[in-house]
Amino acid sequence: MHLGHIIALAIKEFLALLRDRRSRMVLIVPPIVQLLVFSFAATYDLNNVPIAIYNQDTGSVSRELISRLEGSPNFQIIRTVSHEGEIASLVDNRDVLLVLNIGPRFSADMLRGISTPVQLILDGRNSNTAMTAMNYLRTILLDFNSNWMKKQGQAGPKTVLEIRNWYNENLQSRWFIVPGIVGLLTLVVTLLVTALSVAREREAGTFDQLLVTPIRPVEILIGKAIPGIVVGLLESTVIIILMVVLFKIPLRGDIGALYLGIVLFLLSATGVGLMISAISVTQQQAILGAFLFMVPAVILSGFSTPIANMPEVVQWLTYLDPLRYFLIIVRGVFLEGDSYDLLFNQYWPMLIISIVTLAFSGWLFRHRMY
Amino acid sequence: MNKNSTSRMRLLGMIRKETWQILRDPSSISIAFVMPVVLLFLFGYGVSLDAKHIPVGIVIEQPDLASRSLAGSFERSEFFRPVYFNAIQAAKTALDEREIEGIIWMRNNFSANLLSGQQAPIGVIVNGVDSNQANITRGYIQGAWLAWLTLYAEARGRPLSMPIELEQRVWFNAALSSRLFLVPGLIAIIMTLIGSLLTAMVVAREWERGTMESLMVTPLRISEMLVGKLIPYFVLGLGGMLFSVALAVWQFEVPLRGSFWLLVACSALFMLVALLIGLLISIVSKSQFVAGQIAIIVTFLPAFILSGFLFDINSMPAPIQAITHLVPARYFVAILQTLFLAGNVWPVILANMGALFLMLVFFFALVWKKSCKRLE
Repeated sequence: MHLGHIIALAIKEFLALLRDRRSRMVLIVPPIVQLLVFSFAATYDLNNVPIAIYNQDTGSVSRELISRLEGSPNFQIIRTVSHEGEIASLVDNRDVLLVLNIGPRFSADMLRGISTPVQLILDGRNSNTAMTAMNYLRTILLDFNSNWMKKQGQAGPKTVLEIRNWYNENLQSRWFIVPGIVGLLTLVVTLLVTALSVAREREAGTFDQLLVTPIRPVEILIGKAIPGIVVGLLESTVIIILMVVLFKIPLRGDIGALYLGIVLFLLSATGVGLMISAISVTQQQAILGAFLFMVPAVILSGFSTPIANMPEVVQWLTYLDPLRYFLIIVRGVFLEGDSYDLLFNQYWPMLIISIVTLAFSGWLFRHRMY
Repeated sequence: MNKNSTSRMRLLGMIRKETWQILRDPSSISIAFVMPVVLLFLFGYGVSLDAKHIPVGIVIEQPDLASRSLAGSFERSEFFRPVYFNAIQAAKTALDEREIEGIIWMRNNFSANLLSGQQAPIGVIVNGVDSNQANITRGYIQGAWLAWLTLYAEARGRPLSMPIELEQRVWFNAALSSRLFLVPGLIAIIMTLIGSLLTAMVVAREWERGTMESLMVTPLRISEMLVGKLIPYFVLGLGGMLFSVALAVWQFEVPLRGSFWLLVACSALFMLVALLIGLLISIVSKSQFVAGQIAIIVTFLPAFILSGFLFDINSMPAPIQAITHLVPARYFVAILQTLFLAGNVWPVILANMGALFLMLVFFFALVWKKSCKRLE
């Protein structure tokens, strides 16, 4: 292996990548903008959910209950319904997510100590939002109930749940999503850089010329892989700094463990990108191929929905996805304070993916010619 | 008359050429038909926000009737898969190693306190890293606890009555199954991909190779050229859409409560917007490399995160909510979720169709202007 060859080729690759102003911009601006926009956008927490209340009761207890809801930052009462017919159109038109229907005998029953139903009508079109809102409301009611029993001198339940959340004490979904976005953007940038590198030369015919030079396929492989890894490394470092400084996500673990994960992830993403590039005949196929890999890779990574909820067969598929391991590493190091030993099982699969994909792309250089 | 027929001939020729171009390249067909199948199956079967069989550690420091009956309540719930520990330390280690998602901790004086009428708190620790799952898990734990409380009180002859009982009715999706809301939204994402990505790449290739300039010196008018380019992709996209709808309805059993023809009309409108965005990208970038990069960045990720397909738009900060108005998928997702699950709710449909129509006019004007400029 000749170091000079590799360096020369890497320099040429960087020039091809950065010479064009538009292509330079594409690598720098969108990831930063997307980090900012997506990090604020991607949240499962509900704030100021618009709700309506249909209060048929005139007593004081219902007013007390309503003031509890008014005090909650999760809900915002935007409408007071005065007859039942209005409810359907409010929910249908998505003006409100839920309607709380308090019956006419509510206060009277409560004061006499009789159990009283309160009806909740929820828009289930987004099932996750509906479920989260229902949980918020249940917690408020549970709290109201036990306070009420205490006030009325009834023997309430003697046990309470003392719930604590580890690692993400206030259950902020931003702490979960933003580390995921690091993986997402790094994957996108690395694929963009590598997936076109061989295909572009194939389409222009310069790849054949490269193959007849004294540069060996292994050297071509390394030279082509370097830009993806360097760009990915810089990009992820910038994003990680922004995460800590701007989003105040706690970095609790070992930064070395994080970077070992980043390097392995970049190697495997580069391997996949080069493999797609080496299989493709045209740039169009390379871009579409990158897409056909990227979309399932994001979906199956556990970025937005937990892998544990997937059926067994699909869970097996996720083991092929390098992003899956990387997300566990980023979240583990940031939130759980993990170090090398706890993350060992995430490192080696990425190493295997890198070796297989890189070796296969090197082989394809020689054996797929037109 | 004669003029009209030659114009039609030119247009047909253009359409025929584009159609051949699509049919000859396997990657175009695969993005229109393979991608929807792969994505719908992955999402429909693979992606779910409904947690089941969550592994929880139950720590019983002193086994007896009360603690066993509480554990039984977790055993009976389909949401949990209990794992037993007799000391909290072992359970905490298991939580650290991600073997369990939460811990229910009954201390050794739990039953004694409960029987003697003192407070007997139950410790609950939830892994909060995935905050959404943690919230759902907490809800289920509360449910299992309340179920046990009721049973326990009944067994001791003092039925527990909570002052307020919540009676919930979930409209449109009674079982709160996440598949029913993810699959319709997914159609919007697939159509964004077909419309924008494919068009951007294919047309950029013509710019790069200079065949676009060759086309321009023919008698073909700009309007004919644009229409000729759009029609084959429009047909391809609508084909992909119908295919996805068929899969959604028959394979994933998502109810289609609204009108099918209204769905087709809305999809056609959205498809046109997506195609125009693709054309615009190709005109602006002029090379396949940049077009591919821009298409990946402006189509998939915004449609995934900013469309309301997964994350609730109302909960985003106001400036981000303003940005979501620029994402066409946002309107289409709202239409799809409503048409599939709720039916023909005209105020929702018309408002979103109106927004899509405005986008259509805007992008058409932009594409027109840009392609005229290219000629000079």
